[in-house]
Amino acid sequence: MTDTTTTSTPIPAAPPPGSPAAKPGSRPGSAPAAAPTSFIGALEIDVRFLGMLGALAVIWVVFDILAGGTFLTARNLWNLSVQSSSIAVMSTGMVLVIVMRHIDLSVGSILGVTGMIMAVFQVSTLMPTFGFNHPAVIILTLAAGISAGAAIGALHGFVIAYLGVPAFIVTLGGLLVWRGAAWAVAEGKTIPLVDDNFKLLGGGANGSVGEMWSWVIAVIACLAIAAAAVQARRQRQRFHFPQKPVWAEFVIVIAGCLAVIAATLVVNAYTLPPVLARRYAEAAGLTVPPEGIAISFGFAIPVLVALAVGIVMTFVTNRTRFGRYVFAIGGNPEAADLAGINTRRVTLAVFALMGALAAIGAAISTARLNSATNAQGTLDELYVIAAAVIGGTSLAGGSGTIAGAMLGALVMQSLQSGMVLMRVDTPYQNIVVGIVLVFAVWIDTVYRKRIK
Amino acid sequence: MNAVTSPLAPGASRIEGTPMVEMRDICISFGGIRAVDDVSVDLYPGEVVGLLGHNGAGKSTLIKILAGAYKPDAGEIRIKGEKADIANPRDAKRYGIETIYQTLALADNVDAAANLFLGRELMTAWGTLDDVAMEAATREVMGRLNPNFRKFKEPVRGLSGGQRQSVAIARAIHFNAKILIMDEPTAALGPQETAQVAELIKQLKAEGIAIFLISHDIHDVFDLADRVSVMKNGKLVGTARTSDVTKDEVLGMIILGKSPPGALAGPGAAAD
Repeated sequence: MTDTTTTSTPIPAAPPPGSPAAKPGSRPGSAPAAAPTSFIGALEIDVRFLGMLGALAVIWVVFDILAGGTFLTARNLWNLSVQSSSIAVMSTGMVLVIVMRHIDLSVGSILGVTGMIMAVFQVSTLMPTFGFNHPAVIILTLAAGISAGAAIGALHGFVIAYLGVPAFIVTLGGLLVWRGAAWAVAEGKTIPLVDDNFKLLGGGANGSVGEMWSWVIAVIACLAIAAAAVQARRQRQRFHFPQKPVWAEFVIVIAGCLAVIAATLVVNAYTLPPVLARRYAEAAGLTVPPEGIAISFGFAIPVLVALAVGIVMTFVTNRTRFGRYVFAIGGNPEAADLAGINTRRVTLAVFALMGALAAIGAAISTARLNSATNAQGTLDELYVIAAAVIGGTSLAGGSGTIAGAMLGALVMQSLQSGMVLMRVDTPYQNIVVGIVLVFAVWIDTVYRKRIK
Repeated sequence: MNAVTSPLAPGASRIEGTPMVEMRDICISFGGIRAVDDVSVDLYPGEVVGLLGHNGAGKSTLIKILAGAYKPDAGEIRIKGEKADIANPRDAKRYGIETIYQTLALADNVDAAANLFLGRELMTAWGTLDDVAMEAATREVMGRLNPNFRKFKEPVRGLSGGQRQSVAIARAIHFNAKILIMDEPTAALGPQETAQVAELIKQLKAEGIAIFLISHDIHDVFDLADRVSVMKNGKLVGTARTSDVTKDEVLGMIILGKSPPGALAGPGAAAD
């Protein structure tokens, strides 16, 4: 750990004029920063993210009123979380693509073709080889789909980075090519999934972890939030940097834990219908009391997959070289080049990652429908881009967050789900979503201008 | 500290020893235009060589070849007498060549530490970015260059011209540069900051660092440089020790391409 600082030995020995002879051992730059001026400033939270949470809250409350109290129910919120997962997974990759000043129009088609590949591979090869519900089936299905997605993405990335064709064109071509390929894989047939383990990725009563495991996950999440705060503090202590006030740390950790607990309460409040619960309990060998039994859904597996992807992608963007380079290239491609970064390789890797994430999205959405169709994922590219952009990713490149994009996916899905509950016809839903997208980006533009 | 004595000590009549950098017969063309045409320059340890010429004379292109940003069509580069193979900026940095570009080449959307260590990040034992260590190093080097600098957490887009300049300079000197290329280092600076940069150049020179100082303005360079090399239309007009020529003569080299008697004429010198 400590040896990481040895490369930073000073070079120019004498201080330049104007700097009153810095005493050896003194840390000229590390004088305590000015006290934070505001409550939000002390908390060091992203104001834009806070604004999005506020917007989401407004959307939820308004829909709940308009839809006669059907929106803010445990059942609807649980469904909302499952419906958002696939787009949320893909939006994390789209953030990196857009940060690098590119675009990927092909994700919906990659989802279609990889979903098809997974279903066909599972039904025609893996099942006959390993047998019904063998654990190898889900593993190899996912491995095949994700590799295929990554390979398709890498191919796009290669043409973009090394042959110099604009990403818009390459992925527009990809949109057509892979949609056609999805049809070609099974000549347009719909392929029903056979592996029960794989179907768990789609959610549903079986594809949820239940009440007890939901609480286990909640406790782990709360501990992780607290541990992260302590770790960050220790790191800053190591170099005697100015620290956040202790109360601010507590506010953040407590708010985070409350959010986790609230989410857990909601998903646990969604219970199986009484008849199904009784059947399920009897199958599990439980004695059912005469007043009936409440069996909670708990967190759905696709939601947990999406959250795991979000955590991994946040780690990749913030804590790895690769993530740093993606942002540096997005900020100033020439500077990144001059700093010795292999910008082409990073571009290729970002598109490969996008392809792999589209395959994970495909696993979730095919499992949810219990089958793969060649139309699956149609228009998803637009929802994914919209989620990233609503989530604060700048199309000019260089800025965006994973958490924001995932929240953006939730906002998009909330709009659609709310309008379904209000019985708005699909064409009108599209009109509203389109308007909201433009409006959200306009608000963001105004915000960016103001902070400049 | 001053173990390396300048080969250009006052009164020395001739340059001795092996040059730190020799660029020999360098040529590069872009779409049929010879941006750099058969140029040879050299640079000794502890020496400041001013590279002068009008905008478009080929100065920046020449030094971008040394920095690894462009690959020359012909010619060779020798570092400390040995042939150097510089194919990209990373190679150049391995030879101890650091560059401060005219555009500063900063990624505006990330903070000072991220820019300072761009391409050579400090990593923790787990292979993740060691942001705190990088911030600590940045605070240290910036504390020396610009003691009032406080915006360590802000993207560099929010910095003033002078602050951005000091981030770019910090990046060049933090990694034990042996050869420093400064392309119009004072273009964005006010008079006080310009004087600071001049002091810094003297200091680095005293430490034995060899410096190429690129400028289109002779006044920026003449007092700081030991020698000047003048380029015009991609060709070398000539090289002269600043003690052997007057400012007017150098101006004549820049504008007319005329090599004065005190200078060593290059292939680009105008015929009388």
